[in-house]
Amino acid sequence: MRFSSQIFRPTSRTSIPDAVKRFVAQPAAVLTLIATLLFLAPPASSQIAVTADTVYTMEGEPLVNGVVLIRDGRIERVGTAADVAIPDGYTRYNGAVVTPGLIDARSVVGLAGYYNQEHDQDQLERSNALQPDLRAIDAYNAREELVGFLRQNGITTVHTGHAPGAIVSGQTMIVKTAGRTVDEALLDSTTALAITLGPGVRSQFDTPGTRSKGIAMLRQELIRAAEYAENRRDEDPERRPGRDLRLDALADMLNGRLFALITAHQSHDIMSALRLQREFGFLMLLDGASEAWMLLDEIREAGVTVILHPTMIRLRGETENASFTTAMKLEKAGIPFVFQSGFESYVPKTRVALFEAAVAVGYGLDREAALRALTITPATLFGMDHRLGSLEPGKDADLVIFNGDPFEYTSRPTHVFVNGILYHETD
Amino acid sequence: MYLDKKSAKTTGVLRIIAIPDTITETFTNCFFYFFDLFAYSTLATVSRQTPHLHSLLKIRNRIPGPNSQTRLMKTSLRTLLLLPLFYLLLSCSSKVYSPAVPAHAQDRPVAVTGAHIITVTGETHENGTLVVRDGRIAAVGDAATVAIPADAEVIDAAGKVVMPGLVDSHSHIGEGDGGDRSAALHPDVRIMDTINPRSDSFRRALAGGLTSVNVMPGSGHLISGQTVYLKLRPANTIEEMLIVVDEESGIYGGLKLANGTNPLRQPPFPGTRAKSAAMVRAQFIKAREYQARIEAAGDDPGRMPPRDLALETLVEVLEGKRIVHNHTHRHDDVLTAIRLADEFGYRMVLHHVTDAWKVADEIAASAYPASIIYIDSPGGKLEAINLLPKSAPILEKAGVDFGFHTDDPITDSRLFLRSPAFAMREGLSRQTALESVTIANARQMDIADRVGSLEPGKDADFIILSGDPFSVYTRVEQTWIEGVKVWDIEDPEDRKHATGGYKVNRSGGHGHYHGH
Repeated sequence: MRFSSQIFRPTSRTSIPDAVKRFVAQPAAVLTLIATLLFLAPPASSQIAVTADTVYTMEGEPLVNGVVLIRDGRIERVGTAADVAIPDGYTRYNGAVVTPGLIDARSVVGLAGYYNQEHDQDQLERSNALQPDLRAIDAYNAREELVGFLRQNGITTVHTGHAPGAIVSGQTMIVKTAGRTVDEALLDSTTALAITLGPGVRSQFDTPGTRSKGIAMLRQELIRAAEYAENRRDEDPERRPGRDLRLDALADMLNGRLFALITAHQSHDIMSALRLQREFGFLMLLDGASEAWMLLDEIREAGVTVILHPTMIRLRGETENASFTTAMKLEKAGIPFVFQSGFESYVPKTRVALFEAAVAVGYGLDREAALRALTITPATLFGMDHRLGSLEPGKDADLVIFNGDPFEYTSRPTHVFVNGILYHETD
Repeated sequence: MYLDKKSAKTTGVLRIIAIPDTITETFTNCFFYFFDLFAYSTLATVSRQTPHLHSLLKIRNRIPGPNSQTRLMKTSLRTLLLLPLFYLLLSCSSKVYSPAVPAHAQDRPVAVTGAHIITVTGETHENGTLVVRDGRIAAVGDAATVAIPADAEVIDAAGKVVMPGLVDSHSHIGEGDGGDRSAALHPDVRIMDTINPRSDSFRRALAGGLTSVNVMPGSGHLISGQTVYLKLRPANTIEEMLIVVDEESGIYGGLKLANGTNPLRQPPFPGTRAKSAAMVRAQFIKAREYQARIEAAGDDPGRMPPRDLALETLVEVLEGKRIVHNHTHRHDDVLTAIRLADEFGYRMVLHHVTDAWKVADEIAASAYPASIIYIDSPGGKLEAINLLPKSAPILEKAGVDFGFHTDDPITDSRLFLRSPAFAMREGLSRQTALESVTIANARQMDIADRVGSLEPGKDADFIILSGDPFSVYTRVEQTWIEGVKVWDIEDPEDRKHATGGYKVNRSGGHGHYHGH
């Protein structure tokens, strides 16, 4: 967790070690951390033993009769009951299945609120179709009901931020679904720029009114950003342009410090996204991708990760060709993919990545592949696999206990731990 | 009698066809087929022109308006001319099976064997046999007790689960529409007139195991129009899909009402909840007066009020022949809906009922059934912030007769069984979960005598599942309507409707006007 306001530099994608260095250098921040941990400390012991019939560590085969020891918010030990003795003084929890805390790879929770009223909808600014300067951290409501709802359903980390609907709608970030403020919740302040191709933009803005105009506007802005970045490095301070928040963000994307999170559903929009990626060389995440199943070879060759549309996305307009079997096809084609809750303008106001993965499993996706796509794959994708995504000593104690198969409709998460703190207990 | 008018009205199509043993017979049957449709259309004309109450029908037959008079005369003539031909054709046919459905009639008994059969209303059979003849269930029971007819087509369903075709009490598939912005109340508007029988959304619903569906106009009006009860038989005309529930009047649907925020808009729409209730009450009071004038007219055509399609529909509601399907979310709106139904004595189903868990005892005491929805998260609109899966077990405990609906496209028909399954997470019993997608919903549409369970004599609407109905790993493998297989996952074209594919489910997100 980060507590220093310094990390909110507009567009820098701060790496974890940098953050730690800066953090340790600030005594005030350390005091804040101690105070916060005291405040957040659960009433019970911070030493916890979780046991389950099956423990999916996501590091090798699942453990039968597994034990996970948690101490001070981190995973202390993982093994089978035969190998790991539970020390005295540990609070015990038991269930059928344990998984790492689940990661929702693309959401708008915290920005697009539960009530769906004007005052709680901050996911899309409509004054301009190109707003890479909009930071997710400035709009995130850590106490939003839907954040708690996701957490209750096993989601402990979420990549959230501005919605699809503009050429560039703004920035995204990664947070834990716990924490009273964005500062407490934050893992990465600036993860990606949310870019949309296809007909979803023209309904929001006068211009672009066509696909090709949207792409022309984006290319022009990226070229300006590249020139701006070049000029900002000019040896002569007099010749350096003044700071421009929009171009800063785009330049960071071009420099590989931020992902280009490109939402594209139809096959020609997906191809346009791949074309832009080849032209500008940015790090790309292909979001939505309803027609990805038609372009398996092209997507695999481009080497991009797919943040697959919610399996149960409604079939209309650009998503009319979405299929329940796409996740299974991506897996078989060897294309890395992750699950998301996505954005809904009406109901359900948020989807649940776990439920979307479950339907993909029901339609042929391998169960463990689905679990990987909810845990270690997104953790690695976002450069956080040293803290998240699997049950390994030293990692954050984010884990979920289920009373049965995690994907079954009739079973459910009974306990959700974030940073070793029990947030939900429902049995 | 060969021409079974009664079942014709019940099914919306004539339940007659001969078994083609020879070419001659096939030829004959072609005649039958055209005859059936033609005869049906005349019957339908009669019943639609006089689509209403017993008294109304009686009187109007005496004093029809100029147009309907002409039409009635033509109808009578046509019917008279047709009758001798029916008998002629009847005498040509050696084997006549009734009932059946022309477009996809069952021509041979079917026996589904070896399946785990969930009858819903009766026993569950571990190794069961289901025998279907002439579109209806002939027998269902343990393999040891049910004889398989010698000429039956045997469907080996060992390892599979068989249960009744699912009944959805609230859906927007079929691309239909309802009232427009000219008024807040449109009892005269029929969604039947706008539905596309070839809509791919019907195929998608079959892929989810749905066989009977209440297709409704939206909730952006106090009264958005008449709903239609459909069997999802493959059809070119909407008439082939109708489930007629009132044989005398030809009523084939309910009436959609809504309260709460969706109908609140600029005039002529209401701006407040109280205004909404006042407008609905005023309309029903007019309907009562209209009903009284018809009754007072007695046998005197001169005293009959002019026909009014809106009021006629409401009189059907007042007489209990047409069920009100009332969209409602907030707990106080639920109670308002109950208050109005009590005042006018109409039959009503409460729909959505988001806050049901807050007023479960009041709903139980009212005895109105509830048709609820499960959505993957609460919120999205102010009235839906309390939409929680715990509603179902709370209603069950309170003794409310309730079922689930899809509200497709709000939830996807292909995944209808998710809804009760998520309620089971919260403690809903398995039996109530089974009823909540079958017989409970059939009751809400007055079709429980025909569908919603596997019982001898009922329509042979059933689904074959790969496993437990409430498991995420289970797929609907076959959907049968009236003894005819209408969807099969092994058929590549059918399978696409289950999974999705290029230009397969193009109307899947077809919305309807909700207001906001």
